[in-house]
Amino acid sequence: MLNYFLKRLFQASLVMLIVAFVSFSLFNFVGDPVNNMVGQEASDERREEIRDKLGINDPIYVQFYNFVENIIQGNFGISYQLKRPVSELISERMPATLELVFVSAILAISVGVLLGVYTGIHRDSFLSKVILVLSLAGVSLPTFIIGIMLIYLFSVILGVLPSFGRGQVIDLGFWTTGFLTISGLKALILPSVTLSLFQMTYIIRLVRAEMMEILQTDYIKFAKARGIAENIINYRYALKNGLIPVITITGINIGTLIAFSIITETVFQWPGMGSLFINAVYFVDIPIMSAYMIMVAFIFVMINFIVDITYYFIDPRIRLKEEKE
Amino acid sequence: MKNKLSIVLSLFLVGFVSPLLANTIKWSMPGDSLTLDPHAQNEGPTHMVSRQVYEGLVTHDINMNIVPQLATSWEAVDPETWVFNLRDGVKFHDGSDLTAADVAFSINRARTAPSDMVDLIKSITSATALDDLTVEIKTEGPNPILLNQLVQIFVMSESWSKEMGCELSYNWDAGETSKCASAANGTGPFEITFREQDVRTVFERNQNWWGDQNQFNIDKIELLPIKNDATRIAALLSGEIDYTNVVPVQDLDRIGSSADHQISQVAQNRTIFFGMDQGSAELSSSNIKGKNPFADKRVRQAMYQALDMDAIKDKVMRGQSFPAGIITAPGVNGYTKAHDARLPYDPDAAKQLLADAGYPDGFEVTLDCPNDRYVNDEAICVAAIGMFAKIGVKVNLDAKTKSIHFQEVKEGDADGNPSDMYMLGWGVPTYDSHYVFSFLLESSGSWNKINFKNDRLDEITAAIGVETNIDTRNQLIAEGWDIIQDNIPYLPLHHQVVNQASKSNVDIHARINNEPLFYFANVN
Repeated sequence: MLNYFLKRLFQASLVMLIVAFVSFSLFNFVGDPVNNMVGQEASDERREEIRDKLGINDPIYVQFYNFVENIIQGNFGISYQLKRPVSELISERMPATLELVFVSAILAISVGVLLGVYTGIHRDSFLSKVILVLSLAGVSLPTFIIGIMLIYLFSVILGVLPSFGRGQVIDLGFWTTGFLTISGLKALILPSVTLSLFQMTYIIRLVRAEMMEILQTDYIKFAKARGIAENIINYRYALKNGLIPVITITGINIGTLIAFSIITETVFQWPGMGSLFINAVYFVDIPIMSAYMIMVAFIFVMINFIVDITYYFIDPRIRLKEEKE
Repeated sequence: MKNKLSIVLSLFLVGFVSPLLANTIKWSMPGDSLTLDPHAQNEGPTHMVSRQVYEGLVTHDINMNIVPQLATSWEAVDPETWVFNLRDGVKFHDGSDLTAADVAFSINRARTAPSDMVDLIKSITSATALDDLTVEIKTEGPNPILLNQLVQIFVMSESWSKEMGCELSYNWDAGETSKCASAANGTGPFEITFREQDVRTVFERNQNWWGDQNQFNIDKIELLPIKNDATRIAALLSGEIDYTNVVPVQDLDRIGSSADHQISQVAQNRTIFFGMDQGSAELSSSNIKGKNPFADKRVRQAMYQALDMDAIKDKVMRGQSFPAGIITAPGVNGYTKAHDARLPYDPDAAKQLLADAGYPDGFEVTLDCPNDRYVNDEAICVAAIGMFAKIGVKVNLDAKTKSIHFQEVKEGDADGNPSDMYMLGWGVPTYDSHYVFSFLLESSGSWNKINFKNDRLDEITAAIGVETNIDTRNQLIAEGWDIIQDNIPYLPLHHQVVNQASKSNVDIHARINNEPLFYFANVN
């Protein structure tokens, strides 16, 4: 057990170190931030002076050492453009992103499972075919287009939902929430639908395939032969077994939702980490870019790590294999 | 009971009646001000926000003329000493009086690093308060464009700044957050009552403003930045915002067809042009070795006459550009209509010029182009390359993101090779030709990456930097432009256009620097 745990932990740290190196190399390869920091009339001496202060002129290994040391202490540096600590900026923006991702995940899972089960059971019905065709559109249309289409329909034409922003938020001191006001909830609808669509489609298709496979198995046939009610067969026996892969995949995909939220946040001017990142790219604000990359990688690695550990408890095969070694 | 009722009633009235009486403008642009510290960033949107809240000694009026603001009059007592008389009775938003000490403090703050305004006003050697309402500014040598520069220098309260701990602009070494970056205390027509960076900034009318309170009827401005063009326009069409000063070209028709919205446009203070390295011995990206084709004026003229800017205006810019014959915009001192007339588009003459210069079969060169800085920048380069091909010059496109493009233009590429040919756009914040000459054309100019060198133009640039007699100075500027137009150091392309859109009942004047002045704005 300890052996397995340490192995995973070592792998996770290795991945983080590589990510740290990649985001560190941003500082050297994405162009000169100084041009964006000073006016066009700034003299060459001033540009050089700022480079010195940013530490860009130090040798690379010194820069990398300082970088990792700072990150471990939770210090991601000062934003070049906004001139505020990056850790502060990110923690300000995190509630917006996490609320959006939370609502999207709930939406994707609940609607996804519901439609997946329906299309799995009523394979040939007309409604199933409509759902499947629409879900195909969901995977193939870019998030950007879907977002803009929703905005035009619900904001410009119907005028019922806001096209941008988070609405009115309430500051709880450590967290700003849009869940407690009407305008905050209204503002959540379009972005969360947009963000959830891809995952939703994914889950529909996964659940459908699982259901169809399970409904063909012997134990279901046997249950049918015994005359057990169809609803009980479908939901108690088939769905329960079909959900196991869905749970693992959804767990991992929550990380993807956070990463995907960049585009959704840009389209809806959602004041989360994603739009902070996009702004940073625009201004070559490297401290924010690299901190964001490390954050997202950390979330991915953590989720994977937790999934790996849960497997150990859920799946006896892994336990046995470990014990043999 | 009666008391309670009246409280409820008054709450009801406050809640319902006042929003009806207050004229609010919801304003959107892609970015937000980077900081409320008026000296920390010399950047467009940052100044746009500061301008509503802070004021300078002088300012540009709606038509870009220099007019008094916090100063009522001024004189140059000798070529290096200016005395400004301040407006009496001006108060900061916190209620304190504006004094000459505040003005001197602000100018000195702006000219001390880490302020970003240092380079703009580096000719100022001191600013001192002579008495409560008189400020003396000394410059190193005569500075005829001091007033143009002072337009960008906002006045802060000395006591407030010291209280907030930001006597200086943000300090890199300290690594701390500056309080002046998130709060403002100016003398201007609006004060900031709420700010969440990148999300929402609320400005409310300063009832104690010294200026004409009747020329505008706006009580409140909400700045709601929306980065994505399509979303911003959707928000305008759905009525969630009232006004935006940044409208993408492709959405003009859509907005124009809405009965509830209007568009206004004006030539922008930014001219786009190509630079050609004409001073180096050889072009690193060219197949011609041992000599530099661009060193020959005939080649530069051929490249010029090969460009059909009207076609680019129609096809690439959808009509949203003014083809230019001069590399500075209308409104800049020294600009003339005559100089802005382009040499005729004439590929045959261009071919002849190339043949005369000894390149009958043309040559090859690489054009560096940004792809996210100017309106349709990369598309313009692509179109131009097709036109150059028609006269036999094979131009290869190297389009990159702006951060890399400008670095390569300024310092050369990774191998240290300077850019042979590049696109650049130039705005002139001082509205004076000196800014163009000294950066782009003087042989020591920091953006003179074409290695242009003309001794007479260097003399003129030096002279207009110190000449205070306006007539003599303007004659020198005109002579300078004659030299430039005669040499064709750059290939002028066009002046960009400022498009802004608003609801039909919102009246905000479009200005060439894209900066709205809400104290001239009205809701009808």
